[in-house]
Amino acid sequence: MIKPTDSALTASRLNESTKMIFHRRWVRVVDNFFQSRWKGLSVAIPYVWLVIFFLIPFFIVLKISFAESLIASPPFSSLFEWSEDAALKMTLIFDNFAYLWEDDLYVKTYLNSVKISTISTILCLLIGYPMAYAIVRASGTMKYLLLLMVILPFWTSFLLRVYAWMGILADQGTLNSFLIWAGVIDQPIRMMYSEFAVYIGIVYSYLPFMILPLYANLEKLDLTLHEAASDLGAHPITVFFTVTLPLTIPGIIAGGLLVFIPATGEFVIPDLLGGGNVLMIGRVLYDEFNSNHDWPVAAAVAIALLILLVIPMMLYQHAQSRQINN
Amino acid sequence: MPSRDKSITDMPKKRSTFLLSVLCFGMAFLYIPMFLLIVYSFNYSKIVSVWGGLSTRWYISLFESEEIWSALMLSLKIAIVNATFATLFGTLAGLALARFRHFRGRTLFTGMISAPLVMPEVITGLSLLLLFITLGDLIGWPEKRGITTITIAHITFSLAYVAVIIESRLSGIGETLEEAALDLGAKPLRVMMDITLPLLAPGMLAGWLLAFTLSLDDLVIASFVSGPGSSTLPMLIYSRVKLGLKPDINALATMIILAVAMGVLIAGWILIRQQKQRERDAQLAGAK
Repeated sequence: MIKPTDSALTASRLNESTKMIFHRRWVRVVDNFFQSRWKGLSVAIPYVWLVIFFLIPFFIVLKISFAESLIASPPFSSLFEWSEDAALKMTLIFDNFAYLWEDDLYVKTYLNSVKISTISTILCLLIGYPMAYAIVRASGTMKYLLLLMVILPFWTSFLLRVYAWMGILADQGTLNSFLIWAGVIDQPIRMMYSEFAVYIGIVYSYLPFMILPLYANLEKLDLTLHEAASDLGAHPITVFFTVTLPLTIPGIIAGGLLVFIPATGEFVIPDLLGGGNVLMIGRVLYDEFNSNHDWPVAAAVAIALLILLVIPMMLYQHAQSRQINN
Repeated sequence: MPSRDKSITDMPKKRSTFLLSVLCFGMAFLYIPMFLLIVYSFNYSKIVSVWGGLSTRWYISLFESEEIWSALMLSLKIAIVNATFATLFGTLAGLALARFRHFRGRTLFTGMISAPLVMPEVITGLSLLLLFITLGDLIGWPEKRGITTITIAHITFSLAYVAVIIESRLSGIGETLEEAALDLGAKPLRVMMDITLPLLAPGMLAGWLLAFTLSLDDLVIASFVSGPGSSTLPMLIYSRVKLGLKPDINALATMIILAVAMGVLIAGWILIRQQKQRERDAQLAGAK
């Protein structure tokens, strides 16, 4: 005979086991789903994120660069309008780009940015190449220590490293005091708020970006070629220019682009060290947006800057993918 | 790959005066400014570049400044959330790039991963701000800009860096272990959980740290997408030093540099020890 308590117990057991079965089935459904779909899911998450927060914003900038500046909120005209016969009308206004082209300031600023970042890149290469070479040739622990020393500044605040130069280059700064003390000059020279200061700032901030790809390239070099060249009687300098240098062109390109591209759009360095005297496109964009509130022109400046950088950026991506494939 | 019988490291070591002097000059160039920053933080004088005797008064005024503390806390909050999400998304993206050979839209995906790395900050900042404004008009979110919008902006560019680290680490590890597990009958997801992810752990840690630093360091993008009342630490520093030198900022810089140097030295020490351990293991294996 089944006692009431027993039946209750059985019922509860039964209930539990159905729950278990149900639970298991649920787990299996989820499991199957993941087994078959996890790849798609794991691509989808970063993919969707980047489309929303990287790709779409870019098209919004493109759209606004073709709009008209208005004194309103938001301060630009809308690109699409419903006209009277209910057809969607699209008005593209090239005024902003024409304005950039006609106004001397922008063309000059562009050329100046390219000039400054090109010279800075060359300076970084001239200092960075021998440094990378010396680090590769150092032995054991010393090599790691030197590499760490190159990487360390990269982890400290960029802003504060630029700030450090404000103290050195100021009229009563360290460098002027030192030069006066050494008797080289008797009046402080003005170094802050000049192109000179901007060059120093860029080379200082981006030097590690030049050294690291060069180091990686130099370390992988096959030395049998060097031996062959020296055995055949080539002078070490000839060996360097005919063997080593051509073989490290990938490293030079990678390092050069890593310096050139961000330096062209740089804002902090020309703003803090260059003051109002040095025109660079990143700063003009920032001011156009934050001080003049001319969004369409700011957007047009951004698009024009991107067009300027698109070739170096594609070059970089090409070099990067080739390196990964190797 | 070329045969690695010899590399530049094994070259006969003639000391080159030229290389040595450029190396010394370069290192001095990198380190003297930071060194001076530290020295002047102990300067009593209010004018940073004029020495007025040893003092710790700027450290005291730094600790008492509520503005700096709240900016630091905001920056740390953003950096931690950013690093966690960026590592998560970036690892998925890196896995996709290195291990899933073909999927729809791969070219676009590769482009979207590598573009943020070289995109000028002013453009990233401007475009994200315009997105937030457009979204605000369309769906009423984000209502106001601040910590959330800064964090989203930071995740967007940090995840690209993490993805690149993970991708290069995955191609460094190679696929042999994963293939072995698959041959022994493990399901792909199991292989991912039990083999690939544990192997990736150091790369993920490096990615987290990088994302954390990138976020703590960012001024331009944060100033575009932040709203009134939410100043991150770099924004606060920038607004203070814009008009000249400030001794308490020197004190702040000193603390940041020392903290980073400690972190990097510890990490470097661990790396060198691991390297030596591996060399010793290899020697032992060879002896047997």
